[in-house]
Amino acid sequence: MKPFTYERAESPAAAAKAAALTKGARFIAGGTNLLDLMKLEIEQPTHLIDVGRLPMAAIAPTPEGGLTIGAAATNTAVAAHADVRARYPVLSQAILAGGSPQLRNKASVGGNLLQRTRCAYFYDASKPCNKRAPGSGCGALEGLNRNAAIFGASQACIATHTSDMAVALAALNARVETISPSGDTRSIPLTDLHRLPGDMPHVETVLVPGELITAVTLPPPPVGGQAYRKVRDRASYAGGLASVAVAGGDLALGMVALKPWRAAGAERALRAGASPAEAMAAELEGASPRGRNDFKIPLVARLATAAIHEANGRGA
Amino acid sequence: MSSVADWEATPNPVKTNRAGLIGKPVDRYEGPLKVTGTAPYAYEVQPPSPPAYGVMIGAEIAVGRVTGADLAAARAAPGVLAVWTHENAPAQPPRGTKAHPRSSAGSRPALDGDRVTYWGQPVAFVVADTLENAVAAAHLVKLSYAPETPNVDFHGRLIDGVDPPGEKDVEVGDFEAGFKASPVQVDETWTTPIQNHCQMEPCASLAWWEGPDRCIAHTSVQMVKPAQHGLAETLGIDRDGVHLMTRYIGGGFGGKGQTYDDLTLAALAARELGRPVKVAFTRQQMMHGTIHRPATLQRVRLGAEKDGRLNAFSIMTWTHCHSDGAFTEHASNFARALYAAPNRLTGHRLVKLDLPHAGPMRAPGEASGTMSLEVAMDELAEKLGMDPVQLRIVNEPPVDPENGRPFSQRQLVRCLQEGAQLFGWDRRLPQPGQVRDGRWHVGLGMAAAIRGNFLLPAKCSFSVDAEGTITVRQGMTDIGTGTYTVLAQIAAETLGVPLGKVVVEIGDSELPPAPGSGGQFGAATAGSAALAAGVNLRRAVAELAVGDAGSPLHGGDPEAVTFQDGVIALENRSETLSDLIRRTRPEGLTVEGEIRPAQDAQRWSTQTYGAHFCEVGVDVVTGEVRVRRMLGVFAAGRILNAKTARSQLTGGMIWGVGAALTEGNAVDPRYGSLIAQDLAQYLVPAHADIGDLDAIMLDEVDDKANPMGIKGVGELGNSGASAAVANAIHNAVGVRVRDYPITPDKLLAALMARGL
Ligand SMILES: Cc1cc2nc3c(=O)[nH]c(=O)nc-3n(C[C@H](O)[C@H](O)[C@H](O)COP(=O)(O)OP(=O)(O)OC[C@H]3O[C@@H](n4cnc5c(N)ncnc54)[C@H](O)[C@@H]3O)c2cc1C
Ligand code: SF4
Repeated sequence: MKPFTYERAESPAAAAKAAALTKGARFIAGGTNLLDLMKLEIEQPTHLIDVGRLPMAAIAPTPEGGLTIGAAATNTAVAAHADVRARYPVLSQAILAGGSPQLRNKASVGGNLLQRTRCAYFYDASKPCNKRAPGSGCGALEGLNRNAAIFGASQACIATHTSDMAVALAALNARVETISPSGDTRSIPLTDLHRLPGDMPHVETVLVPGELITAVTLPPPPVGGQAYRKVRDRASYAGGLASVAVAGGDLALGMVALKPWRAAGAERALRAGASPAEAMAAELEGASPRGRNDFKIPLVARLATAAIHEANGRGA
Repeated sequence: MSSVADWEATPNPVKTNRAGLIGKPVDRYEGPLKVTGTAPYAYEVQPPSPPAYGVMIGAEIAVGRVTGADLAAARAAPGVLAVWTHENAPAQPPRGTKAHPRSSAGSRPALDGDRVTYWGQPVAFVVADTLENAVAAAHLVKLSYAPETPNVDFHGRLIDGVDPPGEKDVEVGDFEAGFKASPVQVDETWTTPIQNHCQMEPCASLAWWEGPDRCIAHTSVQMVKPAQHGLAETLGIDRDGVHLMTRYIGGGFGGKGQTYDDLTLAALAARELGRPVKVAFTRQQMMHGTIHRPATLQRVRLGAEKDGRLNAFSIMTWTHCHSDGAFTEHASNFARALYAAPNRLTGHRLVKLDLPHAGPMRAPGEASGTMSLEVAMDELAEKLGMDPVQLRIVNEPPVDPENGRPFSQRQLVRCLQEGAQLFGWDRRLPQPGQVRDGRWHVGLGMAAAIRGNFLLPAKCSFSVDAEGTITVRQGMTDIGTGTYTVLAQIAAETLGVPLGKVVVEIGDSELPPAPGSGGQFGAATAGSAALAAGVNLRRAVAELAVGDAGSPLHGGDPEAVTFQDGVIALENRSETLSDLIRRTRPEGLTVEGEIRPAQDAQRWSTQTYGAHFCEVGVDVVTGEVRVRRMLGVFAAGRILNAKTARSQLTGGMIWGVGAALTEGNAVDPRYGSLIAQDLAQYLVPAHADIGDLDAIMLDEVDDKANPMGIKGVGELGNSGASAAVANAIHNAVGVRVRDYPITPDKLLAALMARGL
């Protein structure tokens, strides 16, 4: 691990400002993703700004009838929160489908959104990876890419975003609140936070350097049922092969793209009266699998169909 | 020389079990140390002076040469004490050198040449004052290579398979003719992937020197003597010059049956630097840098009569080993002892590849082989319209089908029948896909288990001191299995003292030698030597008492002396053990004992047996499988400790669940490297994967196995467990995936092919 300096920020604004002051500075919250990557020298920050203890862990109702969730709230706290469980069960289910209790106790909302891909070639510094070393190539492209994206991938990168929480937030039309080093704040639709890889897979979000996530805001819960389903190789403590979040008529897919994938095509078809299976078939027409991950097409179709029925109270 | 007849005829304290300690579910001797984190594993032992930290660097090619190294930046980095490649590493004797002809292992040099023969082979080494500095400097080492095209495609190179060294196919009768003539046939091929041991504790070593001829080494290894001898040969010193210790071991599973470059490099660097040096593998390095269970392809053919009796069977296994290796995953062998048939053909083909070293892993052979044969038996039962339990019973042989020897004990049928009853096997519907529980399709499956039983030569010493404390000393290891605990039980039972009055010292090359832990021979071998030493100490104490004028037992018959609750007695005359020793031998009394295989042991076939029953749920929407219930019933001789034995058996079963559903590592043919390099990618079962799982041990005593009548359990639970899972999946949904592990993607494809 490379030597680095460390500071504990006094306020969100101070944290963002400090991040702009030192080249190579990074925020750290729970550290469950960043520290692993630092040990492998995949991340090499020169300076860490601890935002985990900032007063931005509150979960509170908004005047509009929604909920605001502080970026430093732990995954456990969000999943267990009474309002979340009662009004946004899909979010609670999604969080509980991720990692292990120990990880969720440390992991923060902000860190969860910005966790980096679990592509095996990204983690193995002896292999080419455009995300880790821009221009080096993509080891996964012709490699063992069973878990690769089927939507929005490029020749430069075929990895997926592996957050469960973000999939539920995408279906719930959440917004991400931020503060910049200049002190400006803005609110970004969650579905616009992450970028598709294009030819710059190392640029992962629309955030500017030093921009700090302060909260996630949920609109009032949608009308209709909610459900989260995740498919994984083992029963817990495993990244997904695919997931789906249903929130009323809105639908997001996980582990199929480098961002939580809002299934807009399926939503449109559903609104036009298509059956869930037909709607998913429409959505998946746009998918481009790579051989080893062909199975994700029928898997997502079947999983999402079952989840839509489940959310509508008709069981699997 | 002892004989089986002697063992059977001679009573001993373990058989008599007067205090009832044998078999009792006694808590682990070292449990409190482990759960409080105070058991010093090799890397945590406190050396006499502050240690330096070594970090190994693995090759980033699978085959070729190291052509250059830019070490300047690493050398200049803070705290760096040494940076080595093959160009400047200390000279060591060529690999395999045995300067002492009776060494149990040859030299294991590290960084001994520019040749790279597998991805991740240690090719450079950095030592620094702190671990952080060593890791940071290691990242600054720049190596250049002349890579060659790796030959790593196992399935593409099956054609290169040859007989393993010194082996030939074993044919009985005429297999081809018998198979052709059989009215009911199964002919299918199974594949199993590379598996990694994934011990909790990675391989790690700490070494320092006491003068030029004496190296103190702590490491994590299953067998003490070969580790000591191999290190002495590598260092070019006398074998007694190495004092090797391995007191606590965080899992071995066969992967620590040998030492690795961590030990060699720690000892070499400690000598060069004149201070203690620690070296550990990282989790990532463990995958390539230590051995793995190789992949297999197994073709199984079964030919049966309509009544289910096997007329012909064959299991042919293709597997792979390192280009310089010869290790063979003997997946076909166990079948020779399990089922009889007049026509049989079994054998192996070995393909040499530029992959890391293949080697033994828990139940080598049986674990992989039952994944094909025990599923083929299920397929045969299906074709016959016969219950799979009944099919096994119909094929139960009267004598060992391989060599015609009588069985010392074979309670396979009882395991099958009791297991079937306890599990509720009669609720299984033979027609697959009949049972639903919400979104889950539920199915039941079973499989038989078999694993050989072994006894090796071993020694042990027992001491008694003036406090009446018994100390057991043995160059044995406890790899998490419970060795400490069962040795303490044997000692307490033999000398009639409470467990709290027993001290166990193992894992040390200066103690009486024992072969260590492996092949599930540990408890039988080490325990039998301990029993012998205990009996010798009993006799010595009895003679001391009757020969001592000051003892109330004076003049009595030493054979009649009893030992109980720390008191030795002859009818109504008694004194405490500590009084006797304090008076007659205040410095204490030490005796040795040993065990050797009986000269006539080969007259019997001695194996351990079991039966697995499993209930799975399959989500047909996603292809996910969850084990809901699993029961194993085992017959493995007398059980020394019901708790540690059960843990071994359930642990083995859980390994089987992992092998069936999640475990496997794949080779990227472009690099010759393994894809899964940490425990987030190599998936062993998590708690949520294991439902209601239990192991039951039948009452059994196998007096032909050893003087205690015990057998091994460490590997038995693994044998057959995966097949029970696979068979339950078939019963749930009516499809078979013969390419392990049975992951959702593969099962989904099979389900869709069946229109589900
Ligand atoms: C073994 C394992 C299994 C896992 N399995 C799952 C799983 O199944 N599903 C799942 O969803 N996740 C999984 N995870 C990922 C886990 O959810 C993330 O590691 C965690 O959510 C990250 O949160 P953190 O607070 O620890 O982030 P950190 O590690 O502290 O930070 C992660 C990143 O976010 C940045 N960051 C943190 N806070 C902010 C902020 N407020 N504003 C801007 N940037 C910020 C950091 O700079 C860093 O780049 C797994 C992780 C591990 C190690
Ligand atoms: S898929 Fe993306 S993350 Fe994976 S190797 Fe390619 S560029 Fe790197």
